[in-house]
Amino acid sequence: MVAITSPAFKANAKAALADPQLQKALNHVRAGFIAKRAAAVDALPEFDALRDSARDIKNHTLANLDLYLEAYEEKVTETGGHVHYAETAGEARGLILSICQKAGARTVTKGKSMVAEEIELNEHLEAAGIEAVETDLGEYIIQLRHEPPSHIIAPAVHLTQGQIEADFRRVHTHLDPKRDLSEARELLAEARGILRQRFLEADVGITGANFLIAETGTSVIVTNEGNGDLTQILPRVHIVLASIEKVVPTLEDVSQILRVLARSATGQEMSTYTTFSTGPRRRDDPDGPDEYHVVILDNGRSDMLGSQFQDMLRCIRCAACMNHCPVYQEVGGHAYGWVYPGPMGAVLTPQLIGIDKAGNLPNASTFCGRCEAVCPMRIPLPNMMRHWREREFERHLQPVTYRTGLGVWAFLARRPRLYQFAMGIAMRVLGNLGHRRGRFRALPLAGGWTKYRDLPAPAGKTFQEQWKEKQRALAGRET
Amino acid sequence: MADTSSAPANAGGGRPSVGLFVTCLVDLFRPSVGFAAIKLIEAAGCRVSVPATQTCCGQPAYNSGDRKDARAIAENVIATFEPYDYVVVPSGSCGGMLKTHYADLFTGDEAWSARVAAFSAKTFELISFLVDVRGMTHVDASFAGAVTYHDACSGLRELGVKNQPRRLLKSVEGLKLVELKDADVCCGFGGTFCVKYPDISNAIVERKATAVAESGAGTLLAGDLGCLMNMAGKLQREGKAVHTRHIAEVLAGMTDEPAIGEVER
Amino acid sequence: MSARDTVLGKIRRSLRVTAEEPGRNATVDARLKRAPKGVIPARGQLDSAGKVGLFTAQAEKAAATVTRVADITAIPLAVAEYLRAHNLPAALRMGEDALLNGLPWQKTQIEVSHGASEGRDAVGLSHATAGVAETGTLMLTSGVDNPTTLNFLPATHIVVVEAGAIAGDFETVWANLRKRYGKGVMPRTVNMISGPSRSGDIEQKLQLGAHGPRDLHVIIVG
Repeated sequence: MVAITSPAFKANAKAALADPQLQKALNHVRAGFIAKRAAAVDALPEFDALRDSARDIKNHTLANLDLYLEAYEEKVTETGGHVHYAETAGEARGLILSICQKAGARTVTKGKSMVAEEIELNEHLEAAGIEAVETDLGEYIIQLRHEPPSHIIAPAVHLTQGQIEADFRRVHTHLDPKRDLSEARELLAEARGILRQRFLEADVGITGANFLIAETGTSVIVTNEGNGDLTQILPRVHIVLASIEKVVPTLEDVSQILRVLARSATGQEMSTYTTFSTGPRRRDDPDGPDEYHVVILDNGRSDMLGSQFQDMLRCIRCAACMNHCPVYQEVGGHAYGWVYPGPMGAVLTPQLIGIDKAGNLPNASTFCGRCEAVCPMRIPLPNMMRHWREREFERHLQPVTYRTGLGVWAFLARRPRLYQFAMGIAMRVLGNLGHRRGRFRALPLAGGWTKYRDLPAPAGKTFQEQWKEKQRALAGRET
Repeated sequence: MADTSSAPANAGGGRPSVGLFVTCLVDLFRPSVGFAAIKLIEAAGCRVSVPATQTCCGQPAYNSGDRKDARAIAENVIATFEPYDYVVVPSGSCGGMLKTHYADLFTGDEAWSARVAAFSAKTFELISFLVDVRGMTHVDASFAGAVTYHDACSGLRELGVKNQPRRLLKSVEGLKLVELKDADVCCGFGGTFCVKYPDISNAIVERKATAVAESGAGTLLAGDLGCLMNMAGKLQREGKAVHTRHIAEVLAGMTDEPAIGEVER
Repeated sequence: MSARDTVLGKIRRSLRVTAEEPGRNATVDARLKRAPKGVIPARGQLDSAGKVGLFTAQAEKAAATVTRVADITAIPLAVAEYLRAHNLPAALRMGEDALLNGLPWQKTQIEVSHGASEGRDAVGLSHATAGVAETGTLMLTSGVDNPTTLNFLPATHIVVVEAGAIAGDFETVWANLRKRYGKGVMPRTVNMISGPSRSGDIEQKLQLGAHGPRDLHVIIVG
């Protein structure tokens, strides 16, 4: 939707920290998601066992992904649906546009789909003269602002109510300017009214899929609003856009994963609408689409199989990781510069757009480990961020000063006597400089630290020096 | 001259031998933490040695993707500490590196696998060693005042250090333990993170400093000197009247020394 | 080479497999056939009364309203009661569901229309295939009996579910679905509905009636 700005992460983050409306909006993230998830987890004794089960199901599926995709495809075809494979984003866009054009589509409604953001689908359709209408309330709001989503399940989480009201007034010019929009429910009612009309007149509905079930050829979407359902049952044509790793084997497998999905995402035990769709309308169906298409996208994911990043393909897009991430909580999602923010974005983005563009993302982490601790699929996110740093190191992509500094430290650390000699001198100097106040307000080469914090001064003598003195004194007394 | 740094294991009449892994930050910036750790480990019935050939655990190299240097450093650490029954570390971060990450540097290496496994199995963060291994339930120390405790991330999530420090703190005579809001949320240090991304690190530590000040405690404790220096530095820059110390200092009753970043009055 | 061949080929290359290994194929076939169950929460493993009680509590937590009637003939009056209490016109739309159509609607003033909704109905009435006690979820299946559009277009959705059709867990309803439709076969749409439509997209404030129904009323019968 917007240009990739991941290389400018630092500048993005700085702007985000200084943005009072964003910071006010992020307060809701800090306060809401974490407590709700914790409460839901506490209420289900089997939660951790379900995480293990969900992880194992995905691992088994990924190890046999080719076969499960084939089984899925066979079932979809059996029920009158069509499966199309796309290796690249461009191929996926082309396939979807072609289906829409064959259907003579003028308007397309869309359920929320991160994969659609990834392939920049809306722009492609609009360029061909087809109007794409986002129907998820958060997606609708950011569509009015020509912004990308800042969170993978709450796309407008970076906005205040005031900002949303301003956008509605700016765009919904056919409505009475004197109308009261001071309450959130008035904004919701306005969006409901406008979008209801768009739902009913759409020619094609495009949704993502949380899961694709191989046993039955079924696509599953999970929403709270019901917009995904109206998108997929009202128009003549339903297109499902899903990436290859969405496949799970059976209905039972989906139920295992569903039990950890909503709880991890919003703290609900089930999202309001979990919908299982299989093929176009049947002979005796009074409603439903005439055509059902599934576009299965690779876009770099097949390369993750058999690699150090395979575990990332277990991700079910719940957003628990970013909700709990101290970095995301401070800067929000746009700072990450592309579709996927937070810890999962830090691992996935370099794979999809390259580590050279996305290098900041796996580096902007303290490795606090909270993401991995809450991930329902037990994805070792910090480990994979470290793997990206290893790739950067191998390719000399890190800043020269940083690499050199660390190189000097490692050089000394591997030579204990030189280390002690050099550090002994350094600490004596720093200790002397700092002994009056016990800390530094400023220090050459330590600007990154002292800009915001005082730096405690070292004692002067190192522990090893003091220890040696003590041992010598003891020995001296013994002789 | 008696060279205790290379004393053979178990030569001290049945008391387990502990090699103290000092950590670079304690060694360079606050040796008193090392001495407090020794006092506690000895009180737990062990003999402590401090091998001279230790420098760094290798985490800066490891977390920057430099596996080669990290591995070389790890080989030195493992060899240096091989003679001891236990390796004890007054840091959850270095402790986590030694105990949970070293194995990764040697996967598939048959010559080293057994040595790494043995090393990691006998390595413990200080407080976890005292409580989980040595069964310590209380300390003979006193400390007047309200204290609040920050759960440093690696100790908490990699090594399960959570209840043990609180148990021991509650046994300190006169000490009032006040729970810190969001005690288990990162302080923003993250090793090189705080200098790679200073603006974000500052936002995180600012939030932590506010929580510390709002706790009403006069003293902040944690088990990791990196986190402590980060939080102390911020508290002092903001002029907040909170003293910061390593938990070992309080548990060992060694709080005569000025708190972190302070001088003697 | 088609995109299909390319993508499947890349997957196989990454996994270091071909399509031909008999072991893999057998494993996948067996697993699809066997559909193992996994971890089932204990909370739904209750007797009939327990299941109805849990279902009710969970549905209410999800902001549905729930009422119970002893037998099906009481349903029309229960519906009329609800419409009156909510100031709704005495009109509703339903499908060709046998149970719903066989009810004594003439006992009420309710104007009943039939078929899929086109967006002009204030109230939709459906008969759920099953309920799931563990989360207060209703299972509705598509078809001429209970058109899917009735679940989403009317602002008020009233759903009848038999007490005996309330299962403890999802695994039970899948097993029953298979018995009804056959292994590997699904109706066009299965909706698992837990409460009325909602959104938290405006400053994380929870609001009901985003695009689907604002009100979900459940009538448990039996």
